Amino acid sequence: MEDHIRELYQEVILDHGKNPRNFRHPEDSTCEAHGNNPLCGDRLTVYAKVGDDDTIQDAAFEGRGCAISVASASMMTDIVKGKSIAQVGRLFDQFHKLCTGEVEDIDYPEFEDEIDKLRVMSGVRQFPMRVKCATLAWHTINAAVQGDQEATTE
Amino acid sequence: MDTPINISDVGSGYDVEAVRRDFPILQTEVNGHRLVFLDSGASAQKPAAVIDAMDAAYRGAYANVHRGAYTLSQMATDGYENARKTVTKYLNAASADEIIFTRNVTSAINLVAYSYGTFLEAGDEVVISHMEHHANIVPWQLLRDRTGIVLKVAPIDDDGNFLMEEFEKLLSPKTKLVAITHVSNVLGTIVPIKEVIRLAHAQGAKVLIDGAQGVVHARVDVQDLEADFYAFTGHKLYGPSGIGVLYGKKDLLNAMPPYEGGGDMIERVTFEKTTYREAPARFEAGTPAIVEAVGLAAAVDYFDAVGVEKIAAHEQALLSYATDRLSEIDGLTIYGKAANKAGIISFTLEDVHPHDIGTIIDSRGVAVRAGHHCAQPLMDRFDIAATARASFGMYNTIDDVDVLVEALVYAKGIFG
Repeated sequence: MEDHIRELYQEVILDHGKNPRNFRHPEDSTCEAHGNNPLCGDRLTVYAKVGDDDTIQDAAFEGRGCAISVASASMMTDIVKGKSIAQVGRLFDQFHKLCTGEVEDIDYPEFEDEIDKLRVMSGVRQFPMRVKCATLAWHTINAAVQGDQEATTE
Repeated sequence: MDTPINISDVGSGYDVEAVRRDFPILQTEVNGHRLVFLDSGASAQKPAAVIDAMDAAYRGAYANVHRGAYTLSQMATDGYENARKTVTKYLNAASADEIIFTRNVTSAINLVAYSYGTFLEAGDEVVISHMEHHANIVPWQLLRDRTGIVLKVAPIDDDGNFLMEEFEKLLSPKTKLVAITHVSNVLGTIVPIKEVIRLAHAQGAKVLIDGAQGVVHARVDVQDLEADFYAFTGHKLYGPSGIGVLYGKKDLLNAMPPYEGGGDMIERVTFEKTTYREAPARFEAGTPAIVEAVGLAAAVDYFDAVGVEKIAAHEQALLSYATDRLSEIDGLTIYGKAANKAGIISFTLEDVHPHDIGTIIDSRGVAVRAGHHCAQPLMDRFDIAATARASFGMYNTIDDVDVLVEALVYAKGIFG
């Protein structure tokens, strides 16, 4: 069991949790959404700047949450930059399946580097209660780019 | 407390090992470790007496109640109504007609807010406290939205003490109802409810006490308290989930309109008009939680046989020891330092989020609650999103506290 804990709380995750990247409110964002995990009260706001070509030019977030949700938001905001909304949607779908154990690995050959980063979060599979922490930021940016104001893990 | 407690001193005359043997789940392991269950405040574990009573009821005495003219139905009805008598005696209610079985405390409070709420008008005031569970906030907000009552909130200080003088200032002839928790589920504060009731009555207000945490930590005598309503739930009192109790004064209950309509609560139904039975039947529409009532009675009997005073003393010893041990951990902050508190400790550990604490110490077999504890206004009061909470039950030991402390040190180490 403690191996699972070590796998979940890897150095990379601890680092992102403590020093989240893109933790800011960009003034030129074009959309935002509030992510809420009603079970634990964790709240994130995700901001995105989407260009005319539907490409995410910038992504950032603010809020508070556990190490897993903050680390996931931090990595997510790095990963989505330069991707199209459709690509982000597919990455989210694959990532969600990875976290729930529905798939063994992410199948998206174009983005091998990004997938390497996302694999770090896959330790959450051993902790079903924490999957929502890992996916909250992804739910939220998806809501933001689709024009929804609120996202919830429910 | 300056000197550490010796294990043998804890709850002198209280045989915690014997109590532990009565709880089958405590003999199990979690993640390869002895289960250290410190979440009784959310829901307590069940002694064999409760499990066996429910098993026996299903195997030998089950049918629907209050209906059939056959032996089994009579047996089931006896089991259900005897449970009501057990609760009546335990709360020292004047009559079994004052004990209504509900689903839990939430449904008990909603019943009062809906039914007693019909007597309230726009401008009437309901007073709650800052440390209420959402179950004792939201039903009053719903009532406010329906009728225009004014909801007032009695403050607490930074240690979590209930401020009686501030509370008294909120009371006036406009106050129609005071709904206050007996024991805070987050801070552990024990509210001097007898004084709350006395002050409220002096202004002509009725009082509902949320006893979800209270009934497990203190002897409750509703006649001595002069409570108008007192609600508690089975599953926190070592009984089954799905059954709760609303005590209410008989005259009050019989003046109140029904909450839910259906079978068992009626006197006579025609399509033009229906008349209702008196309490408790008036408030128990439909088939009730029959076997759960039997389980609740077994839990009350078990709890009472061990003795709430002894259990409370044992939990006080654990609280005192745990407060000292947890305070030794660098960066740990305890929320709730009221002068008079029950066996509940909420804490944060530097910037380690309570959920991460919960997951990590679970790997050592330790179960604590992490989150906002359904008390978000209280979290806002302390400007925190969540806490971890250890709550003690009748079966916890000094060793449980030591394992908790070691596990927290381990969690802290991971975050370096």
